[in-house]
Amino acid sequence: MDANGLIYFILFLLVAVLLAWPLGRYMARVFMGEKTFMTPLVRPVEKFVYRLCDVDETEEMTWKGYAKALIIFNILAILFVFIIQIVQGFLPLNPEGFPGVRWDTALNTAISFVTNTNWQTYAGERTMSYLTQMIGLAVQNFLSAAVGMAAALVLIRGFTRKNTDKLGNFWVDITRMVLYVLLPLSVIFAILLISQGVIQTFDPYVTAHTIEGTNQTIPMGPVASQEAIKLLGSNGGGFFNVNSAHPFENPNGFTNLLETLAILIIPMALVFTFGYLIKNIKQGLAIFAVMMILLVTGLGVAAWSESHPNPVIEKMGVAGENMEGKEVRLGTANSVLWGTLTTIVSNGGVNSMFDSAMPLTGMIYMFNMGTGEVIFGGVGVGLVGMLFYIILTMFIAGLMIGRTPEFLGKKLGPREMILAIIPLIITPATILVLSALAISSPEGLAGLNNPSTHGLSEILYAFCSTVGNNGSAFAGLSANTVFYNLTGGLAMLVGRFATIIPAIAIAGALAEKGKVPLSSSSFPTTGPLFVILVVAVVVIIGALTFFPVFALGPGLEHLFLQAGKIFS
Amino acid sequence: MKTLKNAVMVFAVFTLLLGVVYPVAVTAVAQLAFPHQANGDLIVENGAIVGSELVGQNFTGPQYFHGRPSVIDYNSTTSSGSNLGPTNQKLIDEVSQRIHEIKQEEGLNSSATVPSDMVLSSASGLEPYISLDSAMIQVPRIAKARGINEAEVVKIVNENEEHSIGSSTTVVNVLKLNLALNNLK
Repeated sequence: MDANGLIYFILFLLVAVLLAWPLGRYMARVFMGEKTFMTPLVRPVEKFVYRLCDVDETEEMTWKGYAKALIIFNILAILFVFIIQIVQGFLPLNPEGFPGVRWDTALNTAISFVTNTNWQTYAGERTMSYLTQMIGLAVQNFLSAAVGMAAALVLIRGFTRKNTDKLGNFWVDITRMVLYVLLPLSVIFAILLISQGVIQTFDPYVTAHTIEGTNQTIPMGPVASQEAIKLLGSNGGGFFNVNSAHPFENPNGFTNLLETLAILIIPMALVFTFGYLIKNIKQGLAIFAVMMILLVTGLGVAAWSESHPNPVIEKMGVAGENMEGKEVRLGTANSVLWGTLTTIVSNGGVNSMFDSAMPLTGMIYMFNMGTGEVIFGGVGVGLVGMLFYIILTMFIAGLMIGRTPEFLGKKLGPREMILAIIPLIITPATILVLSALAISSPEGLAGLNNPSTHGLSEILYAFCSTVGNNGSAFAGLSANTVFYNLTGGLAMLVGRFATIIPAIAIAGALAEKGKVPLSSSSFPTTGPLFVILVVAVVVIIGALTFFPVFALGPGLEHLFLQAGKIFS
Repeated sequence: MKTLKNAVMVFAVFTLLLGVVYPVAVTAVAQLAFPHQANGDLIVENGAIVGSELVGQNFTGPQYFHGRPSVIDYNSTTSSGSNLGPTNQKLIDEVSQRIHEIKQEEGLNSSATVPSDMVLSSASGLEPYISLDSAMIQVPRIAKARGINEAEVVKIVNENEEHSIGSSTTVVNVLKLNLALNNLK
C-alpha cells in the first residue's frame, strides 16, 4: 500500500456517494409509492404478484401483525432451505452428484442464509448442487435483504406517523424491495461481472489437460447471478469456498471495484432514503456523517496496520507486503478496503483470508462487527441498529440537559428505551458468552487452526460474525462440527431477531404517539454536536464491551509479533 | 390463517422468480453475449482444453514459470488458503522452507531478498498471477533450461504485464507466460 492506495480509497468513497445518493432518492420514491422511471416496467409484475398471492396492497398491519408475518415467512424459508439441502441428492441440476448435506450443516446453512448472515461451514464447490445454490441459497440472498429493509421501513414509519397503529404491509414492502431495487441491480451487476470473466453456466465441471501433462478439474456453475445479489444484499455467501478471492468470483481489479461498490451502495443509499422519507435530508446527512467518520477511521487503522509486513518474515529476507492469504492480482489496498466494507456492512464476503491478516487489521474487522454493524450496516438492519444507538444517545443527552429525550418529534419514553437497549445488550452478551463457552470446552477448542492469542481471535471472530449476521470468518476455525453448527445457528438467530423484533415493537409504540413540535430547548439532532455524541456512544459501548477481550486476542498478538515471539 | 397462506404463496412466487427465472435469464444473456467469459475463459490449444486463463496451475518443470505457493497444490475443486495467523510457527517454518527452495532453484545468493508473493501462499490457492518481480527472478532458470536468450524470456514477461485498479503491483499471468514460451519458435 502506498499513496496510490489512499487516493484510490478517496476516489472510491466519492464514487460510492455519487451512486448512493440518487439510489437513495429512488428508493424513497419507491417506498412512498410514487412513480419512478421503473414503474411502467415493474408495476404490472408487482400487481401480478399481489393477485397471485392474494395480497391486498392497501391493507396495513399493526406492529404485531407485521412481526407475525415476518416471523412466519422466515420460519418457512428456514424449513425450505433446510429440506432442499437434505434431499438435493435426489433433485436435478446436480452434475457432480453431491449427496444430501449433513443435518447440522444444513440447519446452520438454512439459518445462515435466511438471517442474511451467510456464515458458511461448508465448501460450496464440494457440497452444494447448482439447484441448491440457485433456489435455496440465492433466493434467500434476495429475501433476507428485503426482510431487513422491511424492518427499517417500519421503524421509519414509527417516527413519521402519528396516532395510528398501522405500520404498512410486510408483503408489499418486501415485494417492492425485490422488484424495484434488488432484482434490477442484480441483473445489471451480474452481466457486468460476466463480461469480466465471472462464470455463468449450468455445464458440469470441466477437465483440462495441462501443458505439463496432468489433469485439472475446473469447477463451473451459475456464479455471476449469485455473486451480484451476494454483494448487493449484504449477504456474502460465496459460490466457492474462498468466496471472492476465487478468480471465478472476482477475476480482476475492475470486478473488485464493482463488487466493493456493490457491497456499499444499498446500505449507503438507505441513509439518504431515510432523509427523504422523514422529509429531513439534513437528519439523513447527520447520520451519514456519523457512519462516514467511523468508516474512514476503521479503514485508516486497518490500512496502516496491513501496510506493514510481518516483521518476523521480513527479517528472513522477504521483500514486500504481507501477501499470505491475499491475491496478488488484487493487492493489499483492495484487500483492506474490502475487509473494512464487508465488516461494517454486514456483508461477510471476503477477497482475502482474514485469518492471515495482521493482528490489528483483524481487530478493526471485529470491532466493526462488534458495534452491531451500524456503520452503514446490513441492508435495512444497519440503519435500524444506528437508530437504536441514536435513541440511547438522545437518552444520555436528555439526562445531561434535564429534559425528556425526543427524536424526530417523538418523545422517547421508558418503553422505547428498554426496547432499544435489548439489542444493544443481548447481541454483545451473546458474542461474549458463546465465545467463553467455546474457549472452555474441548469441542470448541478442537476447531482451532492457530495457537495462543490468535486462536482466541479465531473463536471471538466466529461469534462476532454470526451474532452480527456478517458471515465472514477467520476461516481456519473448523466450524463444520455439531458444536459450532448449533452454537453458530443460535448466535445468528439471536443476532437477527433481537434486532428486528424490538425495531418493529418500537415502531408500534412510536406510531401511536402524537408529534411534539420542535422547540428552542429541543436538542438539535442535525449538527456537529449530535454527530460527535453518536460517534462517541458507538465507540464507547463497543470499546467497553470488547476492549478486555480484544486486548487478550489481537492486541496481545500485535505486541508478540513486534517482539518477534512465535507460537507452535 | 390468511398470513400463512400469503407467506406460502409469496415464498413460492419469489422462489420461482429469483431461483429459476433470474439465473436462467442471466445465463441466457451470458451465453449469447459473453460465451468465452461465462464458460470460464478456457484456453484451447490443438483442440484440447489446457486450462483456464483464470485458474492457476501447478507448474514444476524448470522450463516453465512457477506460480505462487498454494496450500491445495492448485487442486481447483477445493479452493482454500492456509489461514495461518502471523504468529504461527507453522507459517514461519513453511515460509523459511520456501525461501530455501526458491533460492536454490533460482540460483540466488543467500543474502538476496525474495518477493513476498512467491513465498506466501495465496488466498484462493488458485491465484493465476504472480508479481512482475517474482517472474523476473525466474527468468535465468527458464532461459537456461530452454537454451534461449534471457532477453527473449524477459520480452515475453513484458508483453504480458497487467495492472489492476487499486493496486500498484504489476502482475503477469503464469499460464499465459508458459504458453507463450512453448510457442516460441
